[in-house]
Amino acid sequence: MLIACPYCGPRDLSEFTYQGDANRTRPHPMSNDQSAWNAYVYDRVNTAGDHREFWQHSGGCRAHLAVVRSTLTHEIKSVAIARESMNREAAK
Amino acid sequence: MVEIVSPLEPDYRRGAHGNREGGSGVTLSETQPGSIVQLAAWPGQDEALRKVIQTVTGLHLDAVPGAGAIVENTAAFGFAPGRWLVVDQAEGRGETLRDRIGSDLGTVCDLSHGRTAIAVEGERAERLLSKLYALDFSAGAFPVGQAKSTAHHDVFTLIHRTGVDRFDLYVYRSFARSFWHLLRASAEEFGYTVE
Repeated sequence: MLIACPYCGPRDLSEFTYQGDANRTRPHPMSNDQSAWNAYVYDRVNTAGDHREFWQHSGGCRAHLAVVRSTLTHEIKSVAIARESMNREAAK
Repeated sequence: MVEIVSPLEPDYRRGAHGNREGGSGVTLSETQPGSIVQLAAWPGQDEALRKVIQTVTGLHLDAVPGAGAIVENTAAFGFAPGRWLVVDQAEGRGETLRDRIGSDLGTVCDLSHGRTAIAVEGERAERLLSKLYALDFSAGAFPVGQAKSTAHHDVFTLIHRTGVDRFDLYVYRSFARSFWHLLRASAEEFGYTVE
């Protein structure tokens, strides 16, 4: 599997580290809402299809990436620098 | 000036090694730069920092990923978003850059003692590095002046193409001797010279 890093270009999977599901929202650090924390830690959407996830190009430019990958075919649909992607989401 | 101590020293044997049938395919050497400095821009300061690097080093750096340049004893290249490495055979480049880069612009990290620089040169240099890294080393995909960050297993490596058949590799000093063994073993089949 190749991931096209926005900075480095297409690189082998062995250069990347999986950083988890990007669909969940971390509760506010001051929150003591048990169910919100429970959902954050344990609940997963378990998508069959396009899945938003974080990766780090740990064996390259070390940027954190927001990737959409099909869990059925492993096709990478989009890759963006995570910070820029999150900022765009927040601006919406 | 303090004498430079090489981490490769016990295994740095000058001369010709390996398969001598076809002559020497590659030349390996430790370049021992006096300054290896890493610069990182705060978000939104990439352009400003790139301009400072250009002014200080006199090198032209394009605003594209991995862009780099080399003039005589100085080299500079981008290796990650908003990050550059400046290398100089002269000592003290870290201080010069620190004086010019304010805390509002970014950070300056002197890695002169933390990295070992190894030059791989010769007609089989592309082939040798292709054995180690999952990268395309052909001139079209990796032009002179460009740099790439990659890793061989856990040995993180910055590779700067400083000539048609020359690559400068920067590895962690603590891994350098182990990496040097690997490089020598990999070059065995081509025949190599240590300068």
